[in-house]
Amino acid sequence: METKTTFTPHPELPPPANTVGAVGWLRANLFSSPANSLLTLFALYLLWLLLPPALEWLLFKATWSGTTRADCAPGGACWVFIKMRFGQFMYGFFPEPERWRVNLAWILAVLGILPLLGKRNPLRLPAAVFMLFVYPLIAFVLFSGGFGLAPVETSQWGGLMLTLVIAVVGIAGALPGGILLALGRRSKMPVIKTICVTFIEFWRGVPLITVLFMSSVMLPLFLPEGMSFDKLLRALIGVILFQSAYMAEVVRGGLQAIPKGQYEAADALGLSYPKAMGLVILPQALKLVIPGIVNTLIALFKDTSLVIIIGLFDLLNSIHAATVDPNWLGMSTEGYVFAALMFWLFCFGMSQYSQWLERRLHTGHKR
Amino acid sequence: MSTQQPGSLPSKPPFWNDPAVRATVFQVIALAAVLAVGGYLFHNTQVNLANRGIASGFGFLDQTAGFGIVQHLIPYTETDSYGRVFWVGLLNTLLVAALGILFATLLGFVLGVARLSKNWLIAKIALVYIELFRNIPLLLQIFFWYFGVLRHLPAARDSVNVGDVIFLNIRGLYIPRPVFGDAFLFVVIAFFAAIAGTVFLARWAHRRQAETGQPFHTFWVGLGILVGVPLLTFFLSGMPLSWEVPKLTGFNFRGGMVMIPELASLLVALTIYTAAFIAEIVRSGILAVSHGQTEAAHALGLQHGPTLRLVIIPQAMRVIIPPLTSQYLNVTKNSTLAAAIGYPDLVGLFAGTTLNQTGQAIETISITMAVYLAISLLISTLMNWYNKRKSLVER
Repeated sequence: METKTTFTPHPELPPPANTVGAVGWLRANLFSSPANSLLTLFALYLLWLLLPPALEWLLFKATWSGTTRADCAPGGACWVFIKMRFGQFMYGFFPEPERWRVNLAWILAVLGILPLLGKRNPLRLPAAVFMLFVYPLIAFVLFSGGFGLAPVETSQWGGLMLTLVIAVVGIAGALPGGILLALGRRSKMPVIKTICVTFIEFWRGVPLITVLFMSSVMLPLFLPEGMSFDKLLRALIGVILFQSAYMAEVVRGGLQAIPKGQYEAADALGLSYPKAMGLVILPQALKLVIPGIVNTLIALFKDTSLVIIIGLFDLLNSIHAATVDPNWLGMSTEGYVFAALMFWLFCFGMSQYSQWLERRLHTGHKR
Repeated sequence: MSTQQPGSLPSKPPFWNDPAVRATVFQVIALAAVLAVGGYLFHNTQVNLANRGIASGFGFLDQTAGFGIVQHLIPYTETDSYGRVFWVGLLNTLLVAALGILFATLLGFVLGVARLSKNWLIAKIALVYIELFRNIPLLLQIFFWYFGVLRHLPAARDSVNVGDVIFLNIRGLYIPRPVFGDAFLFVVIAFFAAIAGTVFLARWAHRRQAETGQPFHTFWVGLGILVGVPLLTFFLSGMPLSWEVPKLTGFNFRGGMVMIPELASLLVALTIYTAAFIAEIVRSGILAVSHGQTEAAHALGLQHGPTLRLVIIPQAMRVIIPPLTSQYLNVTKNSTLAAAIGYPDLVGLFAGTTLNQTGQAIETISITMAVYLAISLLISTLMNWYNKRKSLVER
């Protein structure tokens, strides 16, 4: 028997599934398995339920122009409300002819901070000196008056302006206290360490609301006869005490991240404690914790909304107060959406900056 | 240059350069400063209180409060004392904190895992959720749910009706209340017996696996015991449980249990806000376990489930638990925002109403702060103990 060997080709296999292009991407990321496909479809269904009505209300059916509530079409958002009350949301009861002062202060702040944000440049040092020593005085005069400017009571401050003032003053006031507390907590002297630990743990253990309550109700009792602070200053004192404890923990994280060799090297050079800390340790430690400080600032920025409890008109309280105005009843959703947008823009911006910094500062000690 | 003779001891530094002396001096100065400031404040307070005619002390706790509280977990009437108000407020705070922690943990873990999902759409939705909600102040979210959403619910007459047993209106969510019969005690006993049995079973299974290598389906059998035994007792004892259904009488509902809108909006906002933070913690915890661990477990022949349960999760939990605890503390502290919408929590009732009625600012605020401080210290002590137990044992 002779077997003939002839070449019989296999039937051709189907081509492999597409792994590039739009179809390939869809297959890999959305429909990789039956369960995944179900999940994708479910998510799409949820989005279809949620997004079209939301967008319709927010944008397509919304009313943008007009002056009164009657101009607003039903079924959509009434942004007229925000437009008419915009001044109040930004400046509170700051007298209208004086509002340029607030704008000028913010413009100066932005101009002063811009050179500090980026990479090294020759303007850094003068800008830092300006922001640290000159700007606070200028801003204070612009806000409260003096030197030929009409005085404005702090009770007239409000809106976004007040929110920013509390957040910035809070963080700026808390930083030096936080550094001292952090150094004290790492001190080898038992009495100083105990004092600092007690202070930090106390403020970190209580909620901010009780701190604000305390500063508005108990602080007047602590002061000598005849001495009194205005409401804003009392709130600021509470915020600074509270925040300095959190700042201390952030700075302590930076101090602990510095290798022991740095401390020993500073000692070996014969530097005194203030010099060793000020010239060797703190510059490195503070650089490490800049992202942490920004995160604290974000938390504080959100927490400023709590001053509503003691009757200050920050951004949220201004909007809240406007929603109960009888001329604009039923606008609470618009008001809160606007407030959320403002807070979100600031917080998201700062958190993106902090993440960018974190990536850029990953130079030295990270292994 | 040196005039010192070889062999002689180096001269002692002057005493003001001696570190020990300096340390003592600094500490004495610091202590004196703290005491001086404290004494000064105390003196001012004494003078101010005397001028205003406020008697300090905790006697007010026995006085009659005279105001009603919309939600109380323990019996309370207007004739009860301020001391009772304190306990009502504390329990309300603990209730909202406990529920908030529970829901935020569940939602947070789901979101954290979803954020790492291979499904692009799911991962992006989780990302948008996290970035949206953690950047909006909690108080604003509470206001939104309370004034923006729950205030628009219908009045009692036009309640949303689910099968004539659950009603939703502007006064809250009404659900049936379970009424336990006497024989229900047997079910409770059976439940505790089942717990004991499951613990015993788990120990036995663990020992057997250590000795023989035979695994045992502890989870499923345990679940069966935990559910089955009480259920069986329930039916055998003649189903000693009935439901009291809420009924509309006049303008309001009677009977049943009610979840007031203040609690609901607080809970929803706390859950949504905290879940965003917990999701990030879970994500970073899972990412912190290197991929080599998964590969090593697979190389040892472990399947997907045991790899997750025995290798990945224990290591991820070590990273997750400390920040998770601080989030739990945050929930407890953030629940004080209840005061802004009138939920009767500790701050609203005690540092708010009680303070306004009695004027005992120092006492009420101190007690309130002390409670939160105690909770914080308690949890962080537990945390440190846990960390010490679970931390990597290195050489």
